[in-house]
Amino acid sequence: MGFRFEFRLSGAGGQGLILAGKILAEAAAIYDGKNATQSQSYGPEARGGSSRSEVIVSDEEIDYPKAVNIDLLLCFTQEACDKYSRDINKNGILLIDSGFVTNVPKGDFRIYSLPITEIAEKEVGKNLVANLVALGMITALTKVVSKEAVESAILSRVPKGTEELNINAFNIGFDKVTAQSK
Amino acid sequence: MFPYEKYLRLSKFPHIWCTGCGCGIILKSILRAIERSKLSKNDIALVSGIGCSSRTPGYVDFNTLHTTHGRAIAFATGLKLAKPALKVLVISGDGDAIAIGGNHFIHAARRNLDITVIIYNNHIYGMTGGQASPTTPIGKKGSTAPYGSIEPSFDISGLAIAAGASFVARATCYHIVQLDKYLEKGFMKKGFSLIEVLAPCPTYYSRPNRLGTSVDMLRWYKENSIPVEKARTLSENEKKDKIIIGILEDRERPEFCEEYKKMVEKIRGGNSGF
Amino acid sequence: MTEQNVKVKLMTGNEACAEAAIVAGMRFFGGYPITPSSEIAEVLAHRLPEVGGVFVQMEDELASMATIIGASLAGVKSMTATSGPGFSLMQENIGYASMTEVPCVIINVQRGGPSTGLPTLPAQADVMQARWGTHGDHSIIVVAPSTVRETYDWTIKAFNLTEQYRIPVVVLLDEVIAHVNEKMVIPEPKTITIIDRKRSTESPDTYQPYRQNDSDIPLFADFGTGYRYNVTGLSHDETGFPTNDPQKINVLYSRLSRKLERYQDQIIEYKTEYLEDAEICIVAFGSSARSAYRAVRLAREQGIKVGMFQLFVIWPFPYKILGRLASQIKAFIVPEMNLGQIAHEVSCAIKSDVIKVNRVDGNLITPKEILERIKNVSV
Repeated sequence: MGFRFEFRLSGAGGQGLILAGKILAEAAAIYDGKNATQSQSYGPEARGGSSRSEVIVSDEEIDYPKAVNIDLLLCFTQEACDKYSRDINKNGILLIDSGFVTNVPKGDFRIYSLPITEIAEKEVGKNLVANLVALGMITALTKVVSKEAVESAILSRVPKGTEELNINAFNIGFDKVTAQSK
Repeated sequence: MFPYEKYLRLSKFPHIWCTGCGCGIILKSILRAIERSKLSKNDIALVSGIGCSSRTPGYVDFNTLHTTHGRAIAFATGLKLAKPALKVLVISGDGDAIAIGGNHFIHAARRNLDITVIIYNNHIYGMTGGQASPTTPIGKKGSTAPYGSIEPSFDISGLAIAAGASFVARATCYHIVQLDKYLEKGFMKKGFSLIEVLAPCPTYYSRPNRLGTSVDMLRWYKENSIPVEKARTLSENEKKDKIIIGILEDRERPEFCEEYKKMVEKIRGGNSGF
Repeated sequence: MTEQNVKVKLMTGNEACAEAAIVAGMRFFGGYPITPSSEIAEVLAHRLPEVGGVFVQMEDELASMATIIGASLAGVKSMTATSGPGFSLMQENIGYASMTEVPCVIINVQRGGPSTGLPTLPAQADVMQARWGTHGDHSIIVVAPSTVRETYDWTIKAFNLTEQYRIPVVVLLDEVIAHVNEKMVIPEPKTITIIDRKRSTESPDTYQPYRQNDSDIPLFADFGTGYRYNVTGLSHDETGFPTNDPQKINVLYSRLSRKLERYQDQIIEYKTEYLEDAEICIVAFGSSARSAYRAVRLAREQGIKVGMFQLFVIWPFPYKILGRLASQIKAFIVPEMNLGQIAHEVSCAIKSDVIKVNRVDGNLITPKEILERIKNVSV
């Protein structure tokens, strides 16, 4: 079967994980010409609670639209990390916000622990864009979706007037990982 | 002689109504009001639910729609919004409009949708055999209230006024001259208009309650009705058990189809296509 | 954005449904908010005024169903959208639409039930309610897409079916399809077939709304166009008026059921994959079919001869087609998010037991669960 890559972005409601997932899916599907699906856990609460956004990218039609063998897991909370790290594929990637996840799980996967929210606050100037910083890191780590495609998707999805802020956050995240892996 | 035949589907007669029923009296009044309002038969839709009065559509030569119990106003809402040029009349009874269909009644009045609802209030479910309805007065009997009703009854007109209807009038089958006038005014009024008509049900209301014949009922209406203008000068005690008739509400309020059209025109820059 | 980008969008099933309805010519929506269908109403509240159509939020689902029938009688294509509890409330008037042969489309985004159940989680347990939810023998068509693109296509087909046969059409979605964002290549309008109800051209003086003709589908006349006729939910004759004449009642009921029987071959649609040499067949619909496709592909990689039969039209059910398949197939597996509603029909069709894979805990059946059953059978 063809190429299939599964992302799960997890944390708390209000951290912008749904938007990050939609940007990622749109980048893959619209701007990179692949197939993509994005879905989310969906509960009765409009704010707060746990949040989970899943993206599947494939070069063929996507049948099962949920993530079961995760290739990249992003965790913004300890709770999410404890719950989902066992679903990571062998040789998959775990990206955690070291400001929130202190108890790092062990497993057959690569772990990247970075102070994502702190980077957003100190280097971008707004902790609200931690999701975009994380998206930059994910883009650099996985190379499943092109940097240009994600930038185009950001511009089409974020509110008018915030484009520069969000692109900046994305680039800072992207560069952090690229610098680290050099 | 008024040309009733012009509006009737004579091949569908004889009708199903009992001797002494109010349905025929009100139907004739409706037809006179239509004739005076110069509406074309092609432009009139008559919608009803379930009950004795709701059989009226079968007998009249308009666009006629006999629907499910309580839902006539909801069907009429779709018809009117899809074709605002239609004059949409709804015929309903107290049980149909106020019990099972009460929600649609108050919401159509709230929207102030441009339809005319005529409610035949005979205080009973006639078609199904005389069960108590939301307008059965306290103490009066029905087949499901053999010891007399213990529930307060609904004020249908008051409900429509509170919900936002543009025009509300009440008459009885005795006050035919007034009824003709109220119906005509209701048809012509932009917005939701309600005409409540007290109607005798000799078979299932008068007989079990020992209220005599339909003639006795009409006499009772005559002797116990007070014009609304006079009622305003009376105390609550003096109005007790009386029927207050007249135009109870007549006001200008934004009408739903027009408001919708305005919204569409604003969005589309002048062309409503609606 | 380039022109090409405009035609490729990331869309949810609910969004695709709403957009497709407008493409199909739907210009009247009456509905009541309910999870997980509300986005359909929200998109249409925005879009319908833009195209000169009517969006009205009704006071409940009883009114929603009634109001779309009223609008359709005025000649406007109409629909509503709901979920389980609201679908239950619509049943009486769905029967009315079937009895009076007024075209309309009902979207039911299924969630877990009975009662309030699992408002935010998927299920596929309204298969039987969609067929038999209203009282009395009646005709109804039920379709079930499994992807965003199929939702788009089948919403348009639902309108075509209801317009062509004058039978209400239910589109069964579920929470997974309703909310998944998926790549959607929007088809060129000129490639889309749109069918409108056949209208009478004869004089209003002689028109009979339910007159028998060769097609068994009477000719429609819009209210308010000079054809003054009667519509009733009572059993009626060809003129549209109530009747208690046993002969006339039989004429009506036999035509109403014959309409569905005689056209079922045109109505029924399904998709097969790997069935040519298959010894095991999976029969699935809606989002469960997506899990099933994955399971079939995984099993084929392991050399297991398994094939897929995806139902697009659930009612009328393809009894004959599945029955013919039975001679070739060793085992039928039916995964569905209910306790065996479609499995029962498949069993009737093949005149034998089937292997059921069921889930009613609000989770989509996983490919692994189906794959395990396939492996069990193949050894």
